[in-house]
Amino acid sequence: MGAELALLTDSLVRATPLIIAGLAVALAFRGGVFNIGAEGQLLAGAIAATAVSLAGAPVFGRAVVLIALIAASLAGALWAGIAAELRRRFHVLEIISTIMLNFIAIYFVSFLVRGPLQEPTHIYPQTESLDTVARLPVLLPETRLHFGFVLAVGLAVFLSWIFRRTAMGFRIRATGASPLVARMAGRIDVSRTSFLVFLFSGALAGIAGGIEVTGVTFALYENLSPGYGYTAIAVALIAGLNPLGVIASGIFFGVLETGAIALQREFGVPSSIASVIEAVFILAALTLTAVRGRQLLGRASAS
Amino acid sequence: MTVSNATDSALELREITKRFGSVIALDDVSLAVRHGRITALLGENGAGKTTLMRIAFGMIQPDAGWISVNGVRKKLASPSDAIAAGIGMVHQQFSLIPAMTVAENVALGGHGKYSAGQAVATLSEIAERTGLKLDPLARVADLGSADRQKLEILRTLAHDAKLIILDEPTAALTPKDVAELFRQLKSFVSGGGAVVLITHKLADAQEHADDVTVLRRGRVVLSARMSETTRDSLVEAMLGVSPDIESAESNRDFISAGPVASLEAVVLPDDPHRRPVDLQINAGEILGVAALDGAARSLLRALANRSPLLAGRIHLPSRIGFVPENRKDEALIADFSLSENLALANAGSLHGTIDWNAVREDTRRIISDFDVRTSSSEALPAQLSGGNQQRFVLGRELSGNPSMLVLENPTQGLDVNAAIFVHERLRQARNEGTAVVFYSSDLEELADLSDRVAVVTRTAVTLVSPDRDKIGQALLGTLEKDGS
Repeated sequence: MGAELALLTDSLVRATPLIIAGLAVALAFRGGVFNIGAEGQLLAGAIAATAVSLAGAPVFGRAVVLIALIAASLAGALWAGIAAELRRRFHVLEIISTIMLNFIAIYFVSFLVRGPLQEPTHIYPQTESLDTVARLPVLLPETRLHFGFVLAVGLAVFLSWIFRRTAMGFRIRATGASPLVARMAGRIDVSRTSFLVFLFSGALAGIAGGIEVTGVTFALYENLSPGYGYTAIAVALIAGLNPLGVIASGIFFGVLETGAIALQREFGVPSSIASVIEAVFILAALTLTAVRGRQLLGRASAS
Repeated sequence: MTVSNATDSALELREITKRFGSVIALDDVSLAVRHGRITALLGENGAGKTTLMRIAFGMIQPDAGWISVNGVRKKLASPSDAIAAGIGMVHQQFSLIPAMTVAENVALGGHGKYSAGQAVATLSEIAERTGLKLDPLARVADLGSADRQKLEILRTLAHDAKLIILDEPTAALTPKDVAELFRQLKSFVSGGGAVVLITHKLADAQEHADDVTVLRRGRVVLSARMSETTRDSLVEAMLGVSPDIESAESNRDFISAGPVASLEAVVLPDDPHRRPVDLQINAGEILGVAALDGAARSLLRALANRSPLLAGRIHLPSRIGFVPENRKDEALIADFSLSENLALANAGSLHGTIDWNAVREDTRRIISDFDVRTSSSEALPAQLSGGNQQRFVLGRELSGNPSMLVLENPTQGLDVNAAIFVHERLRQARNEGTAVVFYSSDLEELADLSDRVAVVTRTAVTLVSPDRDKIGQALLGTLEKDGS
């Protein structure tokens, strides 16, 4: 029983950053912004959360977690903001700029954990561990399942509500669906809307990084993210860019990856099989989307 | 003409029935097309013309009925089957690749290797045979719409089409190009070819077609030699009512209620060499705009507050409705339902949350007020015919009670009924005090509907009275300067 429970909660722990980064990607894609940089924005959030937690724990006590997560979202927005500003001002393709910024973020983490933020003994390439007051509360005792999972689900519900009910969410969807019609028929400031979408998307990815640090790793080190920001693209696409769907697909990928690690440990099945299955699902999801589009066109020719 | 027999039948569609879900698009439709003749297929939008021809071209499979080509029964499972059987189709929207040359576009859809030399040879052979000539090495992006149309026809000929189906071929052409197109089609049929012309322009069909079939709501209501019909009998067949178009009580006695918009020494980015424009638009008037080749486009968009000025001053009301020429790309979002497309109208200035129940209710009201034929407020625009899309967009733009309404070619591509409907709504809006500015490429429509007409050329904007000849003269620059 204990082993099963651990596997289940580990899957949800793994799903947490995938869900939040998946929401970041879904928001961006729905708004017509091809933010491939969730990975870099997530790391920016992790850096900020670590730095704030380490420096702020003695000062703010338990409130430091909240401050760290706010700092993480700001850092993610700032990191995405570089690409957003390049797009707005110089029409630089965000697909390229965000990927490049991912690499910069990855190497910046390497620099920090070997330089200014390295733990005091200067032996390991990582930061000091976070004080327990700076950690997210655990949901189930004896497991690693932390409060971040609840936050992830809450953010998904919130984003879904934004899309369906609010004028802002509607503007984002219209801008993503057709910038020209959004501008001509809706008088929407398309450039401003996509800029904001970009920042909010970065903020979400940043929160994913902050939650990972305060809920799971309790320190900053290299390879803190096994490509969460990239898997998040698959998570978002399989969910059809629907925020509530992201919860399900995030958990699905969490189970898949956790299961793959367990399978390798127990039975020697290569864990890369999980990547293969992920790829198959992405292809299947994309094919389904395309087929559904064709069916709509078929119905249209009835006129 | 001789009595028809089996051998001169180019294409026969027999007892064709096609359903889309619960909608019967075609109900037991039969059509015979003969060699050496132009057959017009008439009907309102949504009558089933395009569906029938898509069946003939193998794009859609009928639920019942059969097809014979040159007197032999054939199953056309795909467009390649149809092309192999000698059928070519020119779609309403061109299917050319702008970045490629004429020769390359002709070779598209062929088999085997592409040889530039061979494509050029094919083209010059066709040019010799039919008189259809285009520079094989010209890039399609550089061609005008008349030449693109010509290229579409050339492509069907290069694939040895003996029967060409043209879907609304004259929609994008100037009158001169239309005449040229029909000259080419006539020479094609006199060489033994057959043509099916899908159109809702009665005049074109009457003047050029030999045979006519009229569809109404998916059924054949008339099939005859063109010479045996009259304009009235065709209109009656298309609409199902006598053509009693007296509704146009010309409301010329408008009383101006003062200006709602004004332009002072305005220079527009597209036409920096035009004399700076001074213009006042009054509440409760319909200002027609006449122009050649889209010369008025930037002016209309500046009036609609959708594009910037280069110089000058412009005063505009805060609520302006805009109906762009290109509904599909500029007015409606294809992935959004009708109610979402309605909410779009003021999306730029909305705050807080959206009450979708209220939006859906408004959508249903527009659907019924503007006679939009659709299954529900949640339908997608693509599920509506062009006329219904236009009525919906018009309803949306009027629902905000605009002080001014700007429209670009509002009845283009619409059938007679839909056009009359749009005209009535514009008059009604005018009578309620809205300033209506509309561009039309149809001088008749301008003269009919306008209180004043602004003629926009590359050099100046001139105001004239709504008179067909005056507008025409001003357009061509031959209006005597009498200081009107």
